[in-house]
Amino acid sequence: MARVVESQHRGLIGAQPSPPPELVEKKRRTRHEEGFPVGWLIAPGVAWLLLFLVIPLVSIIVFSFWTSTGHGMTADPTLHHYGEYFTTEGFFDPEADRFLGPSIFIKTLWSTFRFTLTVMFFCLLLGYPIAYFLAMQVQTFKWQMALFLLCMVPFWTSYLIRAVAWLPMLGRRGLLNSFLVSSGILEKPSSVLLYSEFGYTMALVQLYVVLCVGPIFFSLAKIDKDILEAARDMGASAFQIFREIIVPLSLPGVAIGMIFIFVMIMGEFATAVVVYGGKTSTVGTVILNYYAIANYPFAAVNALMLMIAMMIGVVIILRLVDIRSQL
Amino acid sequence: MARRWTAERKRKAAIKSIFSGYYVIFLLFIYGPMFAMFILSFQGRRGGTSFPMRGASLFWWNKLLEPSSVGDLKGALLRSVVLALIVMVITALFSTLFAMAFRKRFAGSGLLFYTIMTGIMVPGILLSLGMATLMKQVGISPAWWSTGLGVHVVWTLPFGFLVMMAVFNRFDSALEEAARDMGASEWTVFKEVTLPLITPGIVAAGLFGFTLSYDEFARTTLLAGENNTLPLDINASMTQRIRPTLFALGTASTLFSLLMIGLFLLVYTILYRRTR
Repeated sequence: MARVVESQHRGLIGAQPSPPPELVEKKRRTRHEEGFPVGWLIAPGVAWLLLFLVIPLVSIIVFSFWTSTGHGMTADPTLHHYGEYFTTEGFFDPEADRFLGPSIFIKTLWSTFRFTLTVMFFCLLLGYPIAYFLAMQVQTFKWQMALFLLCMVPFWTSYLIRAVAWLPMLGRRGLLNSFLVSSGILEKPSSVLLYSEFGYTMALVQLYVVLCVGPIFFSLAKIDKDILEAARDMGASAFQIFREIIVPLSLPGVAIGMIFIFVMIMGEFATAVVVYGGKTSTVGTVILNYYAIANYPFAAVNALMLMIAMMIGVVIILRLVDIRSQL
Repeated sequence: MARRWTAERKRKAAIKSIFSGYYVIFLLFIYGPMFAMFILSFQGRRGGTSFPMRGASLFWWNKLLEPSSVGDLKGALLRSVVLALIVMVITALFSTLFAMAFRKRFAGSGLLFYTIMTGIMVPGILLSLGMATLMKQVGISPAWWSTGLGVHVVWTLPFGFLVMMAVFNRFDSALEEAARDMGASEWTVFKEVTLPLITPGIVAAGLFGFTLSYDEFARTTLLAGENNTLPLDINASMTQRIRPTLFALGTASTLFSLLMIGLFLLVYTILYRRTR
């Protein structure tokens, strides 16, 4: 049956009304013999991903159960490093022999997570209006793209350098301080801007905000303007339209943007060193420190915990919002 | 009636100007620090790393050219560019192949899709750690052109892949079917019909590959081996006392990035016009 339908429509595409959806579906399924064989197309990429993505990640899991020897590790399976992770300066501490609360590593993971949420919040707050402006207020496609690209350019430059660029802004004699003093908000320059949570947040928001502008812009641009027009004709106020049409339809874009920012900042360590002067520890800096002293299994445990925390976060976001319409 | 109409228009114009104003402030926010750095790189000989400027000079730029001040700068730059070029080619190739495969349904396509996307999701530090410890265990020393290249492509591939997926989403397969009906072989169809139409997309995928690799730091941290790439060099120079030389280096590197982006956009526009 499918064969017949297919032959009927060959060469007539565009000239005939489109066939019923179930027939299109059948036709799609019969098309597999056309084009290059899938196996050949994916083989090189799959091999690459296995070698440089899957195997390293699996080896982190494996190594987290190995034994550290002080200058390397041996393949004796142990849970020692997990024990260390959960008890150091924390609950069930065998040395203190009493309940002390979460271990120092869980605290670091938690503070990294909390901090990431703060940055995500500000990125959304600052980025959404930009995406809205680009998608809804800018009329021509050409200008939309131009203004969008202008926002995206920093993403294609080094974030390390953009982090460095915050130093002359935030320092005691930095631009922000001189602005605050000259405008009378502060009496004397403040030294808490740089190497503080404030400066770190600001720098991270600036570094990553473009990552949420993109997806939100795309989902907003997809909204059929006729729907908005219809709502307006039926007497909906601008706020009602925003709350009941625009926000729900842009949620997939918001979710994708938030996932991007979430995973990038959870694993962040370079900006912490540059803008925070290494005064804080994120999970990333902890991992690097233990790598530096050659305690690889413990670095792996930290990495694994970070991975698990990130997966939980991503799953929560995906549960809240169905992003499939964007793929 | 007419009055209500003009009031409505005025309100809309007011909203639009508020948003435009916010857009400008937003641009200042994301570009401002970089501009401050650009200006400070021309700091006078006696000036420091913050304003005010004490005269203007090329002193710090000249220091950049001296071999001792920031390590092996020329070598680092060369390595970064070569690495970025290789990553660019591989990213463009793999993302095109993957996207072509995903035009059809095949067993495991869902799994493969998520595996590709994992490349964006996994923090660079995790891949670096996994790869570096594995190499230590196996006894191979990492290098920027082997392990570094490997994880860079893992990072850039999803971006190129998404670009190519978007390209094929809008692709009119009727053109290929027409060519097939006229007896063209698969290879001819690809070469004569598909490839010319998707070339702008391939260029865009390559842009992601090049710039993301050129600037990548986290993924190279533990994997570059003996020889630094440029971001590693910049990071190393930050552990010393910060001087305006660093700003000159940052400015130079950023200008190079911008130049490459401009070049890619130019090529993209030319190719895009030609395919229409």
